[in-house]
Amino acid sequence: MQVTVNVNGTSQTADVEPRLLLVHLLRERLGLTGTHIGCDTTSCGACTVLLDGVPIKSCTYLAVQADGRSVRTVEGLVEGGKPSPLQAAFKQEHGLQCGFCTPGMLLAAEALLADNPDPTEEQVRWALSGNLCRCTGYMNIVKAVQAAGAAMRSAAGVAEAETAEAPAMAGGAQ
Amino acid sequence: MLPPRFDYLAPRSLDEALEFLDGHGDDAKVLAGGQSLIPVLKLRFASPAWLVDINRIPGLDEIAEQDGHLRVGALVRHRDAERSPVLRERYPTMAEAAPQVSDPLVRNLGTVCGSLAHADPSGDWGAVMLAMDADLVARSKSGTRTIAARDFFDGPFTTALRPDELLVEARVPARPGTGGAYLKLERKVGDFATAAVAVRVTMSDGRIGEAGIGLTAVGPNNLKATEAEVALAGADPSDEAFREAAELAARAASPSADMRGSVEYKRNVVRVFTERGLRRSVAMAIADGGA
Amino acid sequence: MTETDAGTAIRGLGHSVRRKEDDRFVRGRGTYVDDVKLPGMLHMAILRTPVAHARITRIDVEAAKAHPGVVAVITGRDLDAHGLAWMPTLSADTQAVLALDKVVFQGQEVAAVVADDPYVAVDALELIDVDYDPLPAVVDPRRALEGDAPLIREDKEGQTGNHIFHWEKGDKEATDRAFAEADKVVSLDTFYPRCHPAPLETCGCVADVDPATGKCTIWLTSQAPHAHRTLFALVAGLPEQNIRIISPDLGGGFGNKVPIYPGYVVATVASLLIGKPVKWIEDRTENLISTGFARDYHMRGEMALSADGKITALRSQVIADHGAFNAAAQPSKFPAGLFHIFTGAYDVPAAHCEVDGVYTNKAPGGIAYRCSFRVTEASYLIERLVQNAAVELGMDPAELRRRNFIQPEQFPYRSAVGWEYDSGDYPKALDLALEKLGYAELRAEQKEKWAKGELMGIGIASFTEVVGAGHGADFDIAGLRMFDSAELRVHPTGKAILKIGVQTQGQGHETTFAQIVAGELGIPPEDVTVMHGDTDNTPYGLGTYASRSTPVGGAATAMVARKLRDKATKLAAHLLEASEEDIEYAEGRFSVRGAPDRAKTIQDIAFAAYTNLPEGMEAGLEGVTYYDPPNMTFPFGTYCVVVDIDKGTGEWKVRKMVAVDDCGVRINPLIVEGQIHGGLAEGYAIAAMQLITFDEEGNCIGQNFTDYLLPTSWETPSFETYETVTPSPHHPIGAKGVGESATVGSPAAYVNAVLDALAPLGITNIDLPVTSDKVWAAMHEKGFV
Repeated sequence: MQVTVNVNGTSQTADVEPRLLLVHLLRERLGLTGTHIGCDTTSCGACTVLLDGVPIKSCTYLAVQADGRSVRTVEGLVEGGKPSPLQAAFKQEHGLQCGFCTPGMLLAAEALLADNPDPTEEQVRWALSGNLCRCTGYMNIVKAVQAAGAAMRSAAGVAEAETAEAPAMAGGAQ
Repeated sequence: MLPPRFDYLAPRSLDEALEFLDGHGDDAKVLAGGQSLIPVLKLRFASPAWLVDINRIPGLDEIAEQDGHLRVGALVRHRDAERSPVLRERYPTMAEAAPQVSDPLVRNLGTVCGSLAHADPSGDWGAVMLAMDADLVARSKSGTRTIAARDFFDGPFTTALRPDELLVEARVPARPGTGGAYLKLERKVGDFATAAVAVRVTMSDGRIGEAGIGLTAVGPNNLKATEAEVALAGADPSDEAFREAAELAARAASPSADMRGSVEYKRNVVRVFTERGLRRSVAMAIADGGA
Repeated sequence: MTETDAGTAIRGLGHSVRRKEDDRFVRGRGTYVDDVKLPGMLHMAILRTPVAHARITRIDVEAAKAHPGVVAVITGRDLDAHGLAWMPTLSADTQAVLALDKVVFQGQEVAAVVADDPYVAVDALELIDVDYDPLPAVVDPRRALEGDAPLIREDKEGQTGNHIFHWEKGDKEATDRAFAEADKVVSLDTFYPRCHPAPLETCGCVADVDPATGKCTIWLTSQAPHAHRTLFALVAGLPEQNIRIISPDLGGGFGNKVPIYPGYVVATVASLLIGKPVKWIEDRTENLISTGFARDYHMRGEMALSADGKITALRSQVIADHGAFNAAAQPSKFPAGLFHIFTGAYDVPAAHCEVDGVYTNKAPGGIAYRCSFRVTEASYLIERLVQNAAVELGMDPAELRRRNFIQPEQFPYRSAVGWEYDSGDYPKALDLALEKLGYAELRAEQKEKWAKGELMGIGIASFTEVVGAGHGADFDIAGLRMFDSAELRVHPTGKAILKIGVQTQGQGHETTFAQIVAGELGIPPEDVTVMHGDTDNTPYGLGTYASRSTPVGGAATAMVARKLRDKATKLAAHLLEASEEDIEYAEGRFSVRGAPDRAKTIQDIAFAAYTNLPEGMEAGLEGVTYYDPPNMTFPFGTYCVVVDIDKGTGEWKVRKMVAVDDCGVRINPLIVEGQIHGGLAEGYAIAAMQLITFDEEGNCIGQNFTDYLLPTSWETPSFETYETVTPSPHHPIGAKGVGESATVGSPAAYVNAVLDALAPLGITNIDLPVTSDKVWAAMHEKGFV
């Protein structure tokens, strides 16, 4: 069957068997090996991608189901060649060690921050409870997500302040 | 492990789906969330000739109140239930259960009705629907059938649904003055319940008007603790009543011993959770003005 | 977490330099073995027996062979023709690569399919027809030792039962005498069950035997690529110079990627026979059911004490379940690993331990999961004994420890079983932990709660490890001495490349080892590229496991950097026209004593090494060191856990956890902390939920992540980490290694906390994992609930 999926902003078409899992479409057909496979019982979340912005386990989703939809993988997080604030925060806070769970964590975290830009520790742990990590003990992952949230809020705040200044200047200094 | 070969159909209308199930129901499986079906296929525990993907059928994803009940459509995801203000305000048992189903990623795709149709004895929504005394609406090419939750579950992974039928909706009666709870013991997020109890209490003139108690993972299917419900009907909401009902609920359970615990342990969890659930539900109902 | 002065730009030891490897990982640009794609690559899948113990009477592969897309089907007979149906293990045993006429554990490899697509390969497995004639299975090692138990290893000449080895250490007579004279004897039978390291990336390989060149390149999930290369050469008979093992990025190891698995051998043979690359990546079920498990130690421990709480002797008997083949990966002279560290942090005058290894119908292995070669088992035993002794004596468990610690002035300390502990300050770590915990207040709260019938517990574990294997005369893996290596080359522009023999699986070597060079030579870590994992490009090493990278590989790195510093000093003297003795070095600068302005940087010197040399000096600035450690290192610490127990369900929740670790000099505090977090989480998993067990027929319960449980971010507690620093006197930079400390020391802390809460009920042991149903059952049995 033919499927057409928008992957990281680019339309991709492939001829697939209905049983082909989305994760294999991404890894094997499209060469996007950043999405990983860690288990066979939908238990680990290493395969997490964003489907129309919502994090799902791509090992438990058929490629044919994604026809006409959009998928974002870890390769799609980089903004203009530079790591996103979330990716930068993971490095800064030592939120990864072997890196295998990291793409899944980043995407689940990306979705969380889009929904809730200022999550508490509890909210982060809850949102990431579908993504297993064996190396970090989760502490620094939580720190990284919260730090990214703060960085993104502060950047948005600066942007807001900058746009807010313009009208005030037009009105003259006070 | 990887799925065996199958053919795939993604109908664009309910009629198209029902037409297909009419001819091929015995050899087809319905794909909604796929969070139970696809793992089964990957382990090759099932080898259907056809997968019927209902995700492109419009109009199946509503959560809405209508004519005195809540309608939960076939494509309502656990995540939708989790975020529904209507559930939080008026269907607390459901609101409490939704976030405890599986893990957050699975909840983004898995559906309430899919979970009911799958009928895993450890499934959460079955117990909830039993406690809510819900009706389940099945459509087929030949018409519509409304099945009471208490008649729906028939053993492990077995329901009253015919192979040509699609579960299109769960219908939950709206009851003012109702509190509820869903207490689930699980070894970790994403594990099936060791035991779980769904409680609903509707107050009436300071007494318990009626109660619903559904049980998870302690029998060949989700169970209704009918004797406990009967004992609570019209009862004074006292510690004594809670304890008695909890004892009856524990006796209604017929758990199996496994890695999660012994028969005695699981029965005890049912007892403890029923008592705690009743206490919470009553307090909630009273606070909600259900005096 | 403390960090030394960040004022210096060089950022060597003690700086929390952010990791270089992260740049590719956060972009999803790591290269794990399953990411490797070669032209013409085929895919292999393995058929495994569903029956634990059986004779194979028939294998029919014709239908599988005929399936479209299948290129080859390989059985034990095919391998036997090349003498490869059996292979040696790391414990001087043999293991079946593909079963011939008998299977001995559920999940054992029976046949392999090679196809042009992984889905096709799995389809073809179902077409292979095998007839199994079941035999009674033995899953309890104590049953396996009984005279009438079925014989598992019929293939081993002279093997009449299921006993593998007997090993003992210590002075039995002196120990028995001390027990006879003891005021108090505390004994404990406790089972440390089978669990599994379960790194998130499973094991696998891409084997590429090029028919034109004879070169055999194997991309391999290997924690020890050089050792694996040599073993491949010996086992497969391929010339070693033609074998290249590339261990790229590894998604975790934890000891699971030390053994050589049958899949690797079959894939290599397949590639050799077919002439194309063959990829084999196991799935999670295969990983859990057949690869190197951990623990499975049935331990009896006894502690002899004086009336005032001084430990006078310790003895232990262990039955070690090794599964169907003894494939445990440990130094060859130590069949029970380093279990004799079981006297722990205490000054014990007399001790004796004995371990009997046994075959059962289960997967082979035993040494894994951050165990430091059985230090996890030993540490668990002693810390549980101390807890129980404290209860029996009516003594505060912290006080009992204080009374028995090896004191700082006793180091280097020779233990009753012959270890020489390099350094330690156990009382300091304990005191710091209790202070940060708020111990006194918690004990008061516990009293109040108990008066109301509520249960809370405080658990302590004061562990010491023995790591850094090790001195060659004592430590070897399959004969290969356990030195390690570092090769350093500085380029004309002052940048450097460091090639090491150890192999990171997430520990951050690309950053920390660069920091070691920075510390010795003053070249900033950003300017030092670290290479590892490719046997064609790195010096011979024994790999990374048992926390040996920093103690051995890190030492080699420091020493080779010092070699370069010696040459750099000579070059500096030449450039500065001074004598060598007058050259002083500090942080990348070589200056003339008394005239600090007359100086050259390491970058100046590097350039000179290629452009301006004194007569007779070889060009270049490079060297290689093979380091033979003089001794092991002994990281230590104290962990404290506070738990609250729900009487209704038996669930216990960690309210607070304080960890004090001492790993000597800390190269990168941020990375050290990360290692500890990870280990504390694994310790929690082991304490709370991890178990691989078997039913009577040998069916494995725990062969996927729905049964073998890994805690999520929701269950895993938060940790407060602190440190003391007691350098290793024999290590070039005073570092001890830390990768496994927390997995070693913390399980007992969690379990002791639960048992501390239950102590008033007279409950003295609950075997791992301490699940809620077991807690409830224990309370219920005492009539408490």
